[in-house]
Amino acid sequence: MPKVLVLGEIRQGELRNVSFEAIAAAKQVAKGGEVVGLLLGENAENLAKQMIQYGADRVLVSEHSDLQAYTPDGFTQAVLQVVESEKPEGLFIGHTSIGKDLAPRIAAKLKSGLISDAVNLEVSGDDVVFTRPIYSGKAFEKKVVTDGLLFGTIRPNNINPLEKDEARSGDITLVDLEIKNLRTIIKEIVRKTASGIDLSEAKIIVSGGRGVKSKEGFKVLQELADALGGAVGASRGACDADFCDYAMQIGQTGKVVTPDLYIACGISGAIQHVAGMSNSKVIVAINKDPEANIFSIADYGIVGDLFEVVPLLVEEFKSVAVN
Amino acid sequence: MNIYVIMKRTFDTEEKVNIKEGQVNEDGATFIINPYDEYAIEEAITLKEAHGGEVTVVTVGDEESQKELRTALAMGADRAVLINDEDVEAGDAFSTASILSAFFKDKEADIILAGNVTVDGSTGQVGPRLAEELGITAVTTITKLMVEGNKAVIERDVEGDIEIIEAQLPILVTCQQGLNEPRYPSLPGIMKAKKKPLEELELDDLDIDEDDVEAKTKTIELFLPQAKAAGKILAGDINQQVKELASLLKTEAKVI
Repeated sequence: MPKVLVLGEIRQGELRNVSFEAIAAAKQVAKGGEVVGLLLGENAENLAKQMIQYGADRVLVSEHSDLQAYTPDGFTQAVLQVVESEKPEGLFIGHTSIGKDLAPRIAAKLKSGLISDAVNLEVSGDDVVFTRPIYSGKAFEKKVVTDGLLFGTIRPNNINPLEKDEARSGDITLVDLEIKNLRTIIKEIVRKTASGIDLSEAKIIVSGGRGVKSKEGFKVLQELADALGGAVGASRGACDADFCDYAMQIGQTGKVVTPDLYIACGISGAIQHVAGMSNSKVIVAINKDPEANIFSIADYGIVGDLFEVVPLLVEEFKSVAVN
Repeated sequence: MNIYVIMKRTFDTEEKVNIKEGQVNEDGATFIINPYDEYAIEEAITLKEAHGGEVTVVTVGDEESQKELRTALAMGADRAVLINDEDVEAGDAFSTASILSAFFKDKEADIILAGNVTVDGSTGQVGPRLAEELGITAVTTITKLMVEGNKAVIERDVEGDIEIIEAQLPILVTCQQGLNEPRYPSLPGIMKAKKKPLEELELDDLDIDEDDVEAKTKTIELFLPQAKAAGKILAGDINQQVKELASLLKTEAKVI
Protein backbone atom coordinates (compact mmCIF):
# COMPACT_ATOMS: atom_id res chain seq x y z
CA MET A 1 0.00 0.00 0.00
CA PRO A 2 1.55 3.28 -1.08
CA LYS A 3 2.41 6.05 1.33
CA VAL A 4 1.42 9.47 0.00
CA LEU A 5 2.74 12.81 1.17
CA VAL A 6 0.54 15.93 0.86
CA LEU A 7 1.98 19.41 1.19
CA GLY A 8 -0.68 21.61 2.76
CA GLU A 9 -0.74 25.32 2.07
CA ILE A 10 -1.35 28.22 4.41
CA ARG A 11 -2.69 31.42 2.89
CA GLN A 12 -3.24 34.47 5.06
CA GLY A 13 -3.31 32.42 8.22
CA GLU A 14 -5.65 29.70 7.01
CA LEU A 15 -5.33 26.33 5.35
CA ARG A 16 -6.50 26.44 1.76
CA ASN A 17 -9.35 24.21 0.62
CA VAL A 18 -7.17 22.72 -2.08
CA SER A 19 -5.06 21.15 0.68
CA PHE A 20 -8.10 19.12 1.75
CA GLU A 21 -8.86 18.27 -1.86
CA ALA A 22 -5.28 17.03 -2.28
CA ILE A 23 -5.71 14.85 0.83
CA ALA A 24 -8.83 13.30 -0.73
CA ALA A 25 -6.82 12.57 -3.89
CA ALA A 26 -3.99 11.09 -1.80
CA LYS A 27 -6.44 8.84 0.06
CA GLN A 28 -7.62 7.43 -3.25
CA VAL A 29 -4.07 6.66 -4.36
CA ALA A 30 -2.94 5.31 -0.97
CA LYS A 31 -5.67 2.63 -1.02
CA GLY A 32 -5.52 2.26 2.74
CA GLY A 33 -1.83 3.18 2.95
CA GLU A 34 -0.68 6.10 5.00
CA VAL A 35 -1.44 9.70 4.02
CA VAL A 36 1.12 12.01 5.60
CA GLY A 37 0.56 15.75 5.68
CA LEU A 38 3.36 18.28 5.61
CA LEU A 39 2.73 21.85 6.70
CA LEU A 40 5.32 24.60 6.62
CA GLY A 41 5.16 28.13 7.96
CA GLU A 42 3.69 30.34 10.62
CA ASN A 43 1.21 28.64 12.94
CA ALA A 44 1.61 25.32 11.07
CA GLU A 45 1.41 23.31 14.28
CA ASN A 46 -2.02 24.69 15.18
CA LEU A 47 -3.41 24.34 11.68
CA ALA A 48 -2.09 20.79 11.20
CA LYS A 49 -5.04 19.30 13.10
CA GLN A 50 -7.33 20.27 10.23
CA MET A 51 -5.35 18.13 7.81
CA ILE A 52 -6.04 15.16 10.08
CA GLN A 53 -9.72 16.04 10.36
CA TYR A 54 -9.89 15.97 6.57
CA GLY A 55 -8.24 12.57 6.27
CA ALA A 56 -4.45 12.74 6.82
CA ASP A 57 -3.16 10.04 9.18
CA ARG A 58 -0.41 12.18 10.65
CA VAL A 59 1.17 15.54 9.92
CA LEU A 60 4.77 16.75 9.94
CA VAL A 61 5.19 20.44 10.67
CA SER A 62 7.92 23.03 10.68
CA GLU A 63 7.74 26.65 11.72
CA HIS A 64 11.38 27.26 10.80
CA SER A 65 12.14 30.97 10.55
CA ASP A 66 13.17 30.58 6.90
CA LEU A 67 9.86 28.90 6.05
CA GLN A 68 7.51 31.58 7.43
CA ALA A 69 6.96 32.88 3.92
CA TYR A 70 7.25 30.86 0.75
CA THR A 71 10.60 30.93 -1.01
CA PRO A 72 11.39 28.41 -3.73
CA ASP A 73 14.74 27.42 -2.21
CA GLY A 74 13.42 27.10 1.34
CA PHE A 75 10.37 25.03 0.44
CA THR A 76 12.26 22.88 -2.08
CA GLN A 77 14.86 21.97 0.54
CA ALA A 78 12.14 21.29 3.14
CA VAL A 79 10.09 19.01 0.92
CA LEU A 80 13.16 17.15 -0.36
CA GLN A 81 14.36 16.47 3.19
CA VAL A 82 10.96 15.09 4.15
CA VAL A 83 10.76 12.99 0.97
CA GLU A 84 14.21 11.65 1.84
CA SER A 85 13.19 10.62 5.37
CA GLU A 86 9.62 9.45 4.68
CA LYS A 87 10.26 7.82 1.30
CA PRO A 88 6.66 8.20 0.06
CA GLU A 89 5.49 6.63 -3.19
CA GLY A 90 3.28 9.62 -3.97
CA LEU A 91 3.38 13.40 -3.52
CA PHE A 92 0.49 15.83 -3.99
CA ILE A 93 0.50 19.62 -3.88
CA GLY A 94 -2.24 22.13 -4.77
CA HIS A 95 -1.95 23.65 -8.25
CA THR A 96 -1.69 27.11 -6.74
CA SER A 97 0.84 29.86 -7.19
CA ILE A 98 3.12 28.03 -4.73
CA GLY A 99 2.43 24.57 -6.14
CA LYS A 100 3.13 25.67 -9.71
CA ASP A 101 6.40 27.28 -8.64
CA LEU A 102 7.56 24.50 -6.34
CA ALA A 103 6.51 21.17 -7.84
CA PRO A 104 8.64 21.30 -11.04
CA ARG A 105 11.76 22.07 -8.98
CA ILE A 106 11.14 19.08 -6.72
CA ALA A 107 10.41 16.90 -9.74
CA ALA A 108 13.68 18.00 -11.35
CA LYS A 109 15.67 17.26 -8.18
CA LEU A 110 14.07 13.82 -7.80
CA LYS A 111 14.30 13.16 -11.56
CA SER A 112 10.60 12.30 -11.38
CA GLY A 113 7.64 12.65 -13.65
CA LEU A 114 5.06 15.24 -12.58
CA ILE A 115 1.51 15.70 -13.71
CA SER A 116 0.44 19.32 -13.32
CA ASP A 117 -3.07 20.62 -12.86
CA ALA A 118 -4.96 17.37 -12.29
CA VAL A 119 -8.74 17.73 -12.16
CA ASN A 120 -9.48 14.06 -11.53
CA LEU A 121 -7.77 10.79 -10.83
CA GLU A 122 -8.76 7.17 -11.21
CA VAL A 123 -7.07 4.26 -9.53
CA SER A 124 -7.33 0.87 -11.19
CA GLY A 125 -5.05 -1.85 -9.89
CA ASP A 126 -1.58 -0.36 -9.68
CA ASP A 127 -2.32 2.35 -12.21
CA VAL A 128 -3.12 5.90 -11.24
CA VAL A 129 -4.57 7.81 -14.17
CA PHE A 130 -4.66 11.60 -13.89
CA THR A 131 -7.00 13.74 -15.98
CA ARG A 132 -5.84 17.25 -16.82
CA PRO A 133 -7.01 20.00 -19.15
CA ILE A 134 -4.95 20.96 -22.18
CA TYR A 135 -5.51 24.00 -24.41
CA SER A 136 -7.03 25.57 -21.27
CA GLY A 137 -9.88 23.09 -21.18
CA LYS A 138 -10.66 22.94 -24.90
CA ALA A 139 -9.56 19.31 -24.51
CA PHE A 140 -8.43 16.93 -21.76
CA GLU A 141 -5.75 14.28 -21.49
CA LYS A 142 -5.43 11.20 -19.33
CA LYS A 143 -1.92 10.71 -18.15
CA VAL A 144 0.20 8.37 -16.05
CA VAL A 145 3.60 8.79 -14.42
CA THR A 146 6.02 6.24 -15.87
CA ASP A 147 9.08 7.06 -13.80
CA GLY A 148 9.49 8.49 -10.30
CA LEU A 149 6.90 9.38 -7.69
CA LEU A 150 3.15 9.43 -8.25
CA PHE A 151 3.51 13.17 -8.30
CA GLY A 152 0.73 15.58 -9.14
CA THR A 153 -0.49 19.10 -8.54
CA ILE A 154 -4.24 19.27 -7.90
CA ARG A 155 -6.36 22.01 -9.42
CA PRO A 156 -8.56 23.76 -6.83
CA ASN A 157 -12.34 23.19 -6.87
CA ASN A 158 -12.36 19.90 -8.79
CA ILE A 159 -11.81 17.00 -6.40
CA ASN A 160 -14.25 16.83 -3.47
CA PRO A 161 -12.63 16.91 -0.05
CA LEU A 162 -13.65 14.25 2.44
CA GLU A 163 -16.19 15.13 5.11
CA LYS A 164 -14.53 16.88 8.04
CA ASP A 165 -14.31 14.54 11.04
CA GLU A 166 -13.64 16.50 14.24
CA ALA A 167 -13.12 13.27 16.17
CA ARG A 168 -10.27 12.03 13.96
CA SER A 169 -6.89 12.11 15.60
CA GLY A 170 -3.31 11.57 14.54
CA ASP A 171 0.23 12.51 15.42
CA ILE A 172 1.48 16.01 14.75
CA THR A 173 5.27 15.96 14.74
CA LEU A 174 7.71 18.85 14.58
CA VAL A 175 10.47 18.03 12.11
CA ASP A 176 13.96 19.40 12.15
CA LEU A 177 14.83 20.87 8.79
CA GLU A 178 18.04 22.44 7.63
CA ILE A 179 17.40 25.44 5.38
CA LYS A 180 20.33 27.31 3.88
CA ASN A 181 21.42 29.56 1.04
CA LEU A 182 18.13 31.21 0.10
CA ARG A 183 18.93 32.77 -3.26
CA THR A 184 15.82 34.92 -3.53
CA ILE A 185 14.84 37.46 -0.91
CA ILE A 186 11.27 38.73 -0.58
CA LYS A 187 11.52 42.50 -0.07
CA GLU A 188 7.82 43.22 0.10
CA ILE A 189 4.39 41.82 -0.63
CA VAL A 190 1.86 44.27 -2.04
CA ARG A 191 -1.70 43.08 -1.50
CA LYS A 192 -3.89 44.04 -4.42
CA THR A 193 -6.69 41.55 -3.96
CA ALA A 194 -9.36 43.30 -1.95
CA SER A 195 -11.46 40.41 -0.77
CA GLY A 196 -8.66 37.90 -0.31
CA ILE A 197 -10.66 35.44 -2.42
CA ASP A 198 -8.44 33.99 -5.09
CA LEU A 199 -10.05 33.54 -8.51
CA SER A 200 -8.85 29.96 -8.94
CA GLU A 201 -10.44 28.93 -5.65
CA ALA A 202 -13.57 31.11 -5.72
CA LYS A 203 -16.85 29.20 -5.69
CA ILE A 204 -18.63 32.13 -7.34
CA ILE A 205 -17.18 34.47 -9.95
CA VAL A 206 -18.78 37.59 -11.39
CA SER A 207 -16.95 38.48 -14.56
CA GLY A 208 -17.07 41.49 -16.87
CA GLY A 209 -16.16 42.16 -20.49
CA ARG A 210 -15.99 45.14 -22.79
CA GLY A 211 -19.70 45.70 -22.11
CA VAL A 212 -18.77 46.93 -18.62
CA LYS A 213 -17.41 50.01 -20.41
CA SER A 214 -15.14 51.45 -17.69
CA LYS A 215 -13.23 50.92 -14.44
CA GLU A 216 -16.21 52.49 -12.74
CA GLY A 217 -18.47 49.86 -14.29
CA PHE A 218 -16.59 47.09 -12.49
CA LYS A 219 -17.73 48.48 -9.13
CA VAL A 220 -21.24 47.20 -9.67
CA LEU A 221 -19.80 43.74 -10.46
CA GLN A 222 -17.81 43.90 -7.21
CA GLU A 223 -21.05 44.65 -5.35
CA LEU A 224 -22.64 41.56 -6.82
CA ALA A 225 -19.56 39.47 -5.97
CA ASP A 226 -19.62 40.81 -2.42
CA ALA A 227 -23.31 40.01 -2.05
CA LEU A 228 -22.57 36.42 -3.14
CA GLY A 229 -19.25 36.00 -1.34
CA GLY A 230 -17.45 35.63 -4.66
CA ALA A 231 -14.61 37.18 -6.64
CA VAL A 232 -14.51 39.42 -9.71
CA GLY A 233 -12.91 38.35 -13.00
CA ALA A 234 -12.65 39.86 -16.45
CA SER A 235 -12.26 39.06 -20.13
CA ARG A 236 -9.18 39.97 -22.14
CA GLY A 237 -11.19 42.72 -23.84
CA ALA A 238 -11.84 44.41 -20.50
CA CYS A 239 -8.19 44.08 -19.43
CA ASP A 240 -6.84 45.33 -22.76
CA ALA A 241 -9.17 48.33 -22.50
CA ASP A 242 -7.60 48.98 -19.06
CA PHE A 243 -10.86 48.61 -17.14
CA CYS A 244 -9.07 46.27 -14.74
CA ASP A 245 -5.83 44.58 -13.81
CA TYR A 246 -4.43 41.68 -15.85
CA ALA A 247 -4.42 39.60 -12.68
CA MET A 248 -8.21 39.38 -13.13
CA GLN A 249 -8.10 38.05 -16.68
CA ILE A 250 -9.84 34.76 -17.34
CA GLY A 251 -9.19 32.88 -20.56
CA GLN A 252 -6.62 30.88 -22.46
CA THR A 253 -4.21 33.67 -21.68
CA GLY A 254 -5.02 34.48 -18.08
CA LYS A 255 -6.58 32.24 -15.50
CA VAL A 256 -8.56 29.09 -16.07
CA VAL A 257 -11.36 28.83 -13.55
CA THR A 258 -13.96 26.23 -12.60
CA PRO A 259 -16.27 27.81 -10.00
CA ASP A 260 -19.71 26.50 -9.06
CA LEU A 261 -21.28 29.66 -10.49
CA TYR A 262 -19.91 31.95 -13.19
CA ILE A 263 -21.86 35.10 -13.99
CA ALA A 264 -20.66 36.64 -17.27
CA CYS A 265 -21.68 40.28 -17.63
CA GLY A 266 -21.24 42.08 -20.94
CA ILE A 267 -18.96 39.31 -22.22
CA SER A 268 -19.41 38.27 -25.84
CA GLY A 269 -17.91 34.82 -25.37
CA ALA A 270 -14.82 34.84 -27.60
CA ILE A 271 -13.30 31.38 -27.89
CA GLN A 272 -10.19 32.35 -25.93
CA HIS A 273 -12.32 33.54 -22.99
CA VAL A 274 -14.64 30.56 -23.11
CA ALA A 275 -11.61 28.23 -22.85
CA GLY A 276 -10.90 29.72 -19.43
CA MET A 277 -14.37 29.31 -17.91
CA SER A 278 -16.52 26.85 -19.87
CA ASN A 279 -15.94 24.08 -17.34
CA SER A 280 -17.66 26.11 -14.62
CA LYS A 281 -20.53 24.13 -13.12
CA VAL A 282 -23.27 26.72 -13.75
CA ILE A 283 -22.92 29.65 -16.15
CA VAL A 284 -25.15 32.71 -16.22
CA ALA A 285 -24.87 35.17 -19.11
CA ILE A 286 -26.11 38.75 -19.05
CA ASN A 287 -25.71 40.53 -22.38
CA LYS A 288 -27.59 43.08 -24.45
CA ASP A 289 -26.90 41.16 -27.66
CA PRO A 290 -29.17 38.12 -27.95
CA GLU A 291 -26.81 36.68 -30.58
CA ALA A 292 -23.75 36.80 -28.28
CA ASN A 293 -21.83 33.52 -28.30
CA ILE A 294 -21.79 33.41 -24.50
CA PHE A 295 -25.48 32.38 -24.53
CA SER A 296 -24.57 29.15 -26.35
CA ILE A 297 -22.70 27.88 -23.29
CA ALA A 298 -24.83 29.50 -20.59
CA ASP A 299 -27.20 27.52 -18.40
CA TYR A 300 -29.27 30.64 -17.79
CA GLY A 301 -29.34 33.81 -19.83
CA ILE A 302 -30.80 37.26 -19.44
CA VAL A 303 -30.88 39.43 -22.54
CA GLY A 304 -30.56 42.92 -21.16
CA ASP A 305 -28.39 45.81 -20.07
CA LEU A 306 -26.02 44.66 -17.35
CA PHE A 307 -26.22 48.09 -15.68
CA GLU A 308 -29.93 47.48 -15.21
CA VAL A 309 -29.79 43.76 -14.41
CA VAL A 310 -26.77 43.55 -12.07
CA PRO A 311 -28.00 46.13 -9.50
CA LEU A 312 -31.35 44.32 -9.40
CA LEU A 313 -29.46 41.05 -8.79
CA VAL A 314 -27.51 42.68 -5.97
CA GLU A 315 -30.79 43.69 -4.31
CA GLU A 316 -32.27 40.27 -4.88
CA PHE A 317 -29.30 38.37 -3.44
CA LYS A 318 -29.02 40.72 -0.49
CA SER A 319 -32.62 39.93 0.36
CA VAL A 320 -32.03 36.21 -0.20
CA ALA A 321 -29.12 36.42 2.21
CA VAL A 322 -31.28 38.20 4.80
CA ASN A 323 -33.99 35.58 4.53
CA MET B 1 24.67 40.79 -21.30
CA ASN B 2 24.16 37.24 -22.49
CA ILE B 3 20.39 36.92 -22.81
CA TYR B 4 18.47 33.79 -23.81
CA VAL B 5 14.80 33.18 -24.42
CA ILE B 6 13.22 29.75 -24.53
CA MET B 7 10.10 29.72 -26.62
CA LYS B 8 7.57 27.39 -28.21
CA ARG B 9 5.41 27.27 -31.27
CA THR B 10 1.79 26.74 -30.21
CA PHE B 11 -1.74 26.56 -31.54
CA ASP B 12 -3.38 29.96 -32.00
CA THR B 13 -5.66 30.65 -29.02
CA GLU B 14 -8.50 31.42 -31.44
CA GLU B 15 -8.35 27.83 -32.78
CA LYS B 16 -10.94 25.23 -31.90
CA VAL B 17 -9.41 21.94 -30.84
CA ASN B 18 -10.56 18.68 -32.38
CA ILE B 19 -9.18 15.19 -32.09
CA LYS B 20 -8.36 12.89 -34.97
CA GLU B 21 -7.09 9.35 -34.43
CA GLY B 22 -6.27 10.04 -30.80
CA GLN B 23 -4.20 13.15 -31.55
CA VAL B 24 -5.01 16.85 -31.64
CA ASN B 25 -5.80 17.56 -35.27
CA GLU B 26 -3.38 20.18 -36.55
CA ASP B 27 -4.61 20.20 -40.16
CA GLY B 28 -5.02 23.76 -41.37
CA ALA B 29 -4.48 25.22 -37.89
CA THR B 30 -2.78 28.57 -37.36
CA PHE B 31 0.31 28.51 -35.19
CA ILE B 32 1.79 31.34 -33.17
CA ILE B 33 4.57 32.01 -30.68
CA ASN B 34 3.19 30.97 -27.31
CA PRO B 35 1.72 34.30 -26.04
CA TYR B 36 3.63 34.15 -22.73
CA ASP B 37 6.88 33.59 -24.63
CA GLU B 38 6.21 36.81 -26.54
CA TYR B 39 6.47 38.68 -23.23
CA ALA B 40 9.82 36.93 -22.69
CA ILE B 41 11.09 37.95 -26.13
CA GLU B 42 9.97 41.55 -25.66
CA GLU B 43 11.60 41.75 -22.21
CA ALA B 44 14.83 40.25 -23.58
CA ILE B 45 15.01 42.86 -26.33
CA THR B 46 14.27 45.64 -23.83
CA LEU B 47 17.08 44.35 -21.57
CA LYS B 48 19.48 44.32 -24.50
CA GLU B 49 18.49 47.86 -25.46
CA ALA B 50 19.26 49.01 -21.91
CA HIS B 51 22.33 46.93 -21.10
CA GLY B 52 23.77 45.84 -24.43
CA GLY B 53 24.60 42.25 -25.27
CA GLU B 54 22.92 39.65 -27.39
CA VAL B 55 19.53 37.93 -27.44
CA THR B 56 19.37 34.28 -28.50
CA VAL B 57 16.00 32.57 -28.89
CA VAL B 58 15.93 28.81 -28.45
CA THR B 59 13.22 26.31 -29.16
CA VAL B 60 12.89 22.55 -28.90
CA GLY B 61 10.63 21.36 -31.68
CA ASP B 62 10.37 20.40 -35.30
CA GLU B 63 11.30 22.09 -38.60
CA GLU B 64 8.04 24.02 -38.61
CA SER B 65 9.23 26.06 -35.62
CA GLN B 66 11.63 27.96 -37.91
CA LYS B 67 8.77 30.28 -38.77
CA GLU B 68 8.17 31.34 -35.15
CA LEU B 69 11.93 31.70 -34.58
CA ARG B 70 12.12 34.02 -37.60
CA THR B 71 9.29 36.08 -36.09
CA ALA B 72 11.32 36.44 -32.87
CA LEU B 73 14.34 37.50 -34.94
CA ALA B 74 12.14 40.04 -36.71
CA MET B 75 11.06 41.44 -33.35
CA GLY B 76 14.73 42.06 -32.57
CA ALA B 77 16.43 38.90 -31.31
CA ASP B 78 19.95 38.42 -32.70
CA ARG B 79 20.19 34.70 -33.25
CA ALA B 80 18.00 31.64 -33.10
CA VAL B 81 18.57 28.00 -32.27
CA LEU B 82 16.24 25.15 -33.20
CA ILE B 83 16.90 21.91 -31.35
CA ASN B 84 15.20 19.17 -33.28
CA ASP B 85 13.54 16.66 -30.96
CA GLU B 86 11.82 14.53 -33.57
CA ASP B 87 13.85 11.53 -32.37
CA VAL B 88 12.26 11.77 -28.93
CA GLU B 89 9.00 9.93 -28.96
CA ALA B 90 6.22 11.66 -27.00
CA GLY B 91 8.57 13.79 -24.94
CA ASP B 92 7.30 15.59 -21.86
CA ALA B 93 8.44 18.54 -19.73
CA PHE B 94 11.31 16.43 -18.34
CA SER B 95 12.49 15.66 -21.90
CA THR B 96 12.41 19.30 -23.00
CA ALA B 97 14.12 20.57 -19.83
CA SER B 98 16.84 17.91 -20.15
CA ILE B 99 17.50 18.78 -23.79
CA LEU B 100 17.68 22.49 -22.95
CA SER B 101 19.93 21.77 -19.99
CA ALA B 102 22.41 20.00 -22.32
CA PHE B 103 22.29 23.01 -24.64
CA PHE B 104 22.90 25.55 -21.85
CA LYS B 105 25.72 23.56 -20.18
CA ASP B 106 28.49 25.61 -21.83
CA LYS B 107 26.60 28.85 -22.51
CA GLU B 108 27.21 31.18 -19.53
CA ALA B 109 23.83 32.83 -19.78
CA ASP B 110 23.27 35.87 -17.54
CA ILE B 111 19.55 35.60 -17.86
CA ILE B 112 17.17 33.08 -19.39
CA LEU B 113 13.58 34.21 -20.02
CA ALA B 114 10.63 31.94 -20.70
CA GLY B 115 6.85 32.11 -20.75
CA ASN B 116 5.34 31.06 -17.43
CA VAL B 117 3.14 28.50 -19.16
CA THR B 118 2.26 27.41 -22.70
CA VAL B 119 -1.29 27.71 -23.92
CA ASP B 120 -1.27 24.13 -25.27
CA GLY B 121 0.17 21.59 -22.81
CA SER B 122 0.24 24.14 -19.96
CA THR B 123 2.46 22.14 -17.61
CA GLY B 124 4.45 25.23 -16.60
CA GLN B 125 7.29 22.85 -15.72
CA VAL B 126 10.04 23.46 -18.27
CA GLY B 127 11.35 26.78 -16.89
CA PRO B 128 11.73 25.80 -13.22
CA ARG B 129 12.95 22.31 -14.16
CA LEU B 130 15.63 23.79 -16.39
CA ALA B 131 16.77 26.22 -13.68
CA GLU B 132 17.14 23.33 -11.22
CA GLU B 133 19.13 21.31 -13.71
CA LEU B 134 21.42 24.28 -14.34
CA GLY B 135 21.67 25.02 -10.62
CA ILE B 136 20.49 28.61 -11.03
CA THR B 137 17.65 30.54 -9.40
CA ALA B 138 14.25 30.75 -11.05
CA VAL B 139 11.61 33.37 -10.40
CA THR B 140 8.22 32.56 -11.92
CA THR B 141 5.27 34.68 -13.13
CA ILE B 142 7.17 37.95 -13.22
CA THR B 143 5.44 41.24 -14.05
CA LYS B 144 8.42 43.60 -13.71
CA LEU B 145 12.16 43.15 -14.10
CA MET B 146 14.95 45.58 -13.21
CA VAL B 147 18.57 44.54 -13.63
CA GLU B 148 21.43 46.53 -12.11
CA GLY B 149 24.86 45.03 -12.41
CA ASN B 150 24.59 41.58 -10.92
CA LYS B 151 21.36 42.23 -9.08
CA ALA B 152 17.79 41.73 -10.27
CA VAL B 153 14.77 43.30 -8.58
CA ILE B 154 11.68 41.51 -9.73
CA GLU B 155 7.96 41.88 -9.20
CA ARG B 156 5.96 38.68 -9.51
CA ASP B 157 2.25 38.01 -9.65
CA VAL B 158 1.09 35.78 -6.81
CA GLU B 159 -2.60 35.18 -7.40
CA GLY B 160 -3.26 38.87 -7.87
CA ASP B 161 -0.88 40.14 -5.18
CA ILE B 162 2.61 41.43 -6.00
CA GLU B 163 5.73 39.96 -4.45
CA ILE B 164 8.90 42.04 -4.77
CA ILE B 165 11.96 39.81 -4.98
CA GLU B 166 15.68 40.42 -5.01
CA ALA B 167 18.04 37.91 -6.59
CA GLN B 168 21.47 37.60 -8.16
CA LEU B 169 22.28 36.79 -11.77
CA PRO B 170 22.49 34.31 -13.42
CA ILE B 171 18.77 33.75 -13.22
CA LEU B 172 15.87 32.21 -15.07
CA VAL B 173 12.55 34.06 -15.08
CA THR B 174 9.14 33.04 -16.41
CA CYS B 175 6.99 35.83 -17.75
CA GLN B 176 3.41 36.69 -16.88
CA GLN B 177 0.89 38.90 -18.60
CA GLY B 178 1.28 42.56 -17.62
CA LEU B 179 5.10 42.46 -17.91
CA ASN B 180 5.14 44.43 -21.16
CA GLU B 181 3.44 44.95 -24.51
CA PRO B 182 5.20 42.75 -27.07
CA ARG B 183 6.16 44.72 -30.17
CA TYR B 184 5.08 43.73 -33.65
CA PRO B 185 7.89 42.92 -36.06
CA SER B 186 8.60 45.97 -38.26
CA LEU B 187 9.09 45.63 -41.99
CA PRO B 188 12.85 46.38 -41.77
CA GLY B 189 12.93 43.92 -38.87
CA ILE B 190 11.40 41.22 -41.04
CA MET B 191 13.91 41.92 -43.82
CA LYS B 192 16.86 41.78 -41.40
CA ALA B 193 15.56 38.60 -39.77
CA LYS B 194 16.05 36.69 -43.03
CA LYS B 195 19.80 37.19 -42.72
CA LYS B 196 20.17 36.57 -39.01
CA PRO B 197 21.68 33.22 -37.98
CA LEU B 198 19.28 30.34 -37.31
CA GLU B 199 21.21 27.32 -36.14
CA GLU B 200 19.71 23.84 -36.24
CA LEU B 201 20.91 21.24 -33.79
CA GLU B 202 20.23 17.53 -33.55
CA LEU B 203 20.33 15.67 -30.24
CA ASP B 204 23.67 14.16 -31.33
CA ASP B 205 25.16 17.66 -31.55
CA LEU B 206 24.41 18.04 -27.84
CA ASP B 207 25.71 14.58 -26.95
CA ILE B 208 22.24 13.54 -25.88
CA ASP B 209 21.25 9.93 -25.86
CA GLU B 210 17.51 9.59 -26.54
CA ASP B 211 17.11 7.23 -23.58
CA ASP B 212 18.39 9.91 -21.20
CA VAL B 213 15.61 12.31 -22.15
CA GLU B 214 12.85 9.74 -22.34
CA ALA B 215 9.55 11.08 -20.96
CA LYS B 216 8.64 10.30 -17.36
CA THR B 217 4.92 10.65 -17.99
CA LYS B 218 2.73 9.20 -20.70
CA THR B 219 -0.52 10.38 -22.25
CA ILE B 220 -2.91 7.48 -22.68
CA GLU B 221 -6.00 9.26 -23.96
CA LEU B 222 -7.17 12.61 -25.30
CA PHE B 223 -10.79 13.63 -25.23
CA LEU B 224 -13.02 16.66 -25.69
CA PRO B 225 -15.27 17.99 -22.94
CA GLN B 226 -18.95 17.12 -23.27
CA ALA B 227 -20.88 19.70 -25.23
CA LYS B 228 -23.23 21.67 -23.02
CA ALA B 229 -26.95 21.35 -23.55
CA ALA B 230 -28.72 24.54 -24.58
CA GLY B 231 -29.51 26.73 -21.62
CA LYS B 232 -32.59 28.63 -20.62
CA ILE B 233 -33.00 32.21 -21.84
CA LEU B 234 -35.32 33.97 -19.45
CA ALA B 235 -38.14 36.16 -20.74
CA GLY B 236 -40.61 38.74 -19.49
CA ASP B 237 -40.28 41.85 -17.39
CA ILE B 238 -36.68 42.44 -16.29
CA ASN B 239 -37.61 42.48 -12.58
CA GLN B 240 -39.35 39.16 -13.05
CA GLN B 241 -36.32 37.71 -14.86
CA VAL B 242 -34.02 38.69 -12.02
CA LYS B 243 -36.32 37.07 -9.45
CA GLU B 244 -36.62 33.97 -11.60
CA LEU B 245 -32.84 33.73 -12.02
CA ALA B 246 -32.24 34.04 -8.28
CA SER B 247 -34.78 31.35 -7.61
CA LEU B 248 -33.38 29.02 -10.31
CA LEU B 249 -29.85 29.38 -8.94
CA LYS B 250 -31.14 28.54 -5.50
CA THR B 251 -33.56 25.73 -6.14
CA GLU B 252 -32.67 24.21 -9.52
CA ALA B 253 -28.92 24.75 -9.85
CA LYS B 254 -28.39 24.83 -6.07
CA VAL B 255 -25.26 26.96 -6.33
CA ILE B 256 -26.23 29.71 -3.89
